[in-house]
Amino acid sequence: MTVPVAPRHDETFVLNVGPQHPATHGVLRVKMTMDGEYIVKAEPVLGYIHRMHEKLAEAGSYAQFMPNTARMDYLHALAFNHGWALAVEKAAGIEVPERAEYIRVITVELNRIASHLLWWAAFLLDLGGFTPLLYAFDDREQIIDLLERITGSRLTYCYMRFGGVYNDIDDEFITGTRAFIKRLRSRWQRMYHDLVTGNIILIKRIKDIGFISQEQCRRYGATGPVARGSGINYDVRKNEAYSVYSEFDFDIPVYNECDSMARYMVRMDEVEQSLRIIEQALDKLPEGPVMAKVPKVLKPEAGYYYSAVETARGALGHRLVCTGDKNPYKLKLRSPTFCNLSLFGEVAEGMLLADALAFMGSLDLVIPEIDR
Amino acid sequence: METSIWRALLYLVGIMAFAGVNAAWLGWCERKGAARIQRRTGPMEAGYQGLLQPLCDGAKLLSKQLLVPQGVDGILFRVAPVLAMIPAITSMVVIPFSENVGARNMELSVLLLFALASIGMIAILLGGWASGNKYAIISGARSVSQNLAYEIPMLVTVITVVMISGSMNLRDIALDQQGGFWHWNIFRLENGHFVTMWISFLIFFICSVAETNRAPFDMAEAESELVAGFMTEYGSMGFGLFMMGEYLNIVVGACLTATLFLGGWDGPFGMTSGIWWFLIKIYILIFTFIWIRWTFPRVQIYRLLNLSWKILIPFSMANLLITAALIKVF
Amino acid sequence: MALQETTLKALQELIPEVASTAPEEGLTDAPGIRATDPAKHGHHIEVLVPQDQVVATAEVMDKEGYFLESISGVDWPDQQQLEVVYDYNRLGGEHCRVMVRTRIPRDTPELATITGVFPSADWHERETYDFYGVLFQDHPNLIRILLPEDADFFPLRKDYMP
Repeated sequence: MTVPVAPRHDETFVLNVGPQHPATHGVLRVKMTMDGEYIVKAEPVLGYIHRMHEKLAEAGSYAQFMPNTARMDYLHALAFNHGWALAVEKAAGIEVPERAEYIRVITVELNRIASHLLWWAAFLLDLGGFTPLLYAFDDREQIIDLLERITGSRLTYCYMRFGGVYNDIDDEFITGTRAFIKRLRSRWQRMYHDLVTGNIILIKRIKDIGFISQEQCRRYGATGPVARGSGINYDVRKNEAYSVYSEFDFDIPVYNECDSMARYMVRMDEVEQSLRIIEQALDKLPEGPVMAKVPKVLKPEAGYYYSAVETARGALGHRLVCTGDKNPYKLKLRSPTFCNLSLFGEVAEGMLLADALAFMGSLDLVIPEIDR
Repeated sequence: METSIWRALLYLVGIMAFAGVNAAWLGWCERKGAARIQRRTGPMEAGYQGLLQPLCDGAKLLSKQLLVPQGVDGILFRVAPVLAMIPAITSMVVIPFSENVGARNMELSVLLLFALASIGMIAILLGGWASGNKYAIISGARSVSQNLAYEIPMLVTVITVVMISGSMNLRDIALDQQGGFWHWNIFRLENGHFVTMWISFLIFFICSVAETNRAPFDMAEAESELVAGFMTEYGSMGFGLFMMGEYLNIVVGACLTATLFLGGWDGPFGMTSGIWWFLIKIYILIFTFIWIRWTFPRVQIYRLLNLSWKILIPFSMANLLITAALIKVF
Repeated sequence: MALQETTLKALQELIPEVASTAPEEGLTDAPGIRATDPAKHGHHIEVLVPQDQVVATAEVMDKEGYFLESISGVDWPDQQQLEVVYDYNRLGGEHCRVMVRTRIPRDTPELATITGVFPSADWHERETYDFYGVLFQDHPNLIRILLPEDADFFPLRKDYMP
């Protein structure tokens, strides 16, 4: 947007956005040096919900860390479950039964839709539109109910096991999921796109706001919808296909506009793609066991292992160092929003406060996942 | 017009009651309206359909400690919420609810209303400044620039109505529109003067949404940017007064719109006119305010100002010139 | 696998003195470059460089179009060494992950910063300093990132017990 008046930097003040602020959706603090309503410098200050999960991982056995994974990204907890399960399975060389892989994909994708719906709701809340929140929560509730039936929890799942999943899915879950897909599709255009995406105020608020170039994405290691909104066709599910994702036919939505609207559209399209994946997975769902025979105590052979999954916010990486012990020797979690947020300071410079907060919303931050 | 002390007392009590009931129950209407739009039920516990909720809220606000934080300007901090209420209530004095219901028939009542509206803006500025909170100060600055920007097109638009009616007296303006909806300023076609009146109405309505700091123009209390804006440091009844002031401003805005454009107390089809038509009109307008608030996201502050300076002001100026020319021609 | 080979070649040219010595499987501290099985390890190339080669390696990776995925530390108290692990990956296109490791003495944990090459290293290096006490030389803002400002411990070192 055109800047009406060139900002003068001789009278600045510091505005603490957070750690308690409605726009940060958690305990993120951004120290903003302001010149009137213009941001001269924005500096995220992290660590307000840091819990040292990496030390906790070293202190317990491999299996004991599984519940912790869901406490990081509480919105896409199953992807974090999945990521940790994959990391340890890779290190220990565990084969997962096919049915379990399909169930993992179905639940992770359902959870991804729930996460995107909540992001959508919160993003509109950032822009001052309260009503969409309730519509999105209505749909999200259906997913949470479905997942609660088979995982036993509503938000912080501990569903995956090394070598499979904790619980098989039943016919009721399958019919419920199919009904949900039908329901969301029937509402998608009418209640999400017609009502909100096409709104002129929304378009004016997020179009051409928060420009992130491809080169910036690479230099800052931005992944997920942030990178895909900048025209980078990178999705771990395709580029480094894990689990059974290579067996499904789905697209990776990529937009070249590099602005907040592009990131918005990427996430909206991803919901539709996730529906497609779930549908195919339900169609192809094989029979069989959902748990492999896995030794009680895992002792992966010594070495360095890396495994990545695509969460709703980008590429989650586990850098695992094993020494042949029953505990992980070292676990590094490469959380996607930690990297995505690191470019906030550079991009927000010179922006208006209102635009910067809209831009921050478009990054889809989950603070416990940044702080781990 | 008789000038007995009883008349003044009656209107004082009547207006206070009207203001109080509106300030309290419009909050309930807002919550119910929002709930309806969002497909939920809204307050249901206190009384039938939650009708007693405003009383409970009021009791809660009154019983809370009036907290004056350290480092605030004590006097201004206390004065600001009162100042938010006073002009809104005072405005009611000159509003003609019907031909015979109106506290004071005043020749310059339009002017008085706008003068009082500007004081409401000062309340927000004072509240924001006195709080000594950065968010509150930004909010105060925003509300001043917003109110200034929108007062200009609003006044210019009102001038078109005043020119046509030939009076600055709200009662006369309403009397001029009697006899069915085809006589109301917005729909009037009997004479060439009125062809651009619906533009005036649109501009006026947009401006009144902005003037009352309602979403999507609620820059001053944009909670995702400025936490609660000028109200950040206020609790208990200080906050309550600001909220009531906001609702009363909406009522005054609706009354003004109904009187200037919608025929005041006139019935739409030449039916028995009376105060009920006036009330129906203002509540439809108020519902529209609520409807807009829960439908749209918030605009960005500079776009809001641009809308006024770059679109509404030129349009209202052109509208004024065209109306003047039309009056000359027809 | 074309990308893996070109990257391998670029790295071998950078550090020819160790290019021929492929480090053995598992945990090792002998410098060298090795192609690994991605299905087993998750990375395609494993590099262990002397600590003065870290920035040069980062420059090579930058030139080859990689992005910095993460930086982490590993504590090896038995050898009195700290290890810093850099993960590089490609954003789109052909997939190839490179793990670059380096070992530094535990009592003088100093290492050159690569923030000049990858700005994303800023926060990752701060985190590594936060958890392991690795002092990145010439880092623009080497302060605590996740732990409190006044923390006087490095929690991921193996000898730290709360």
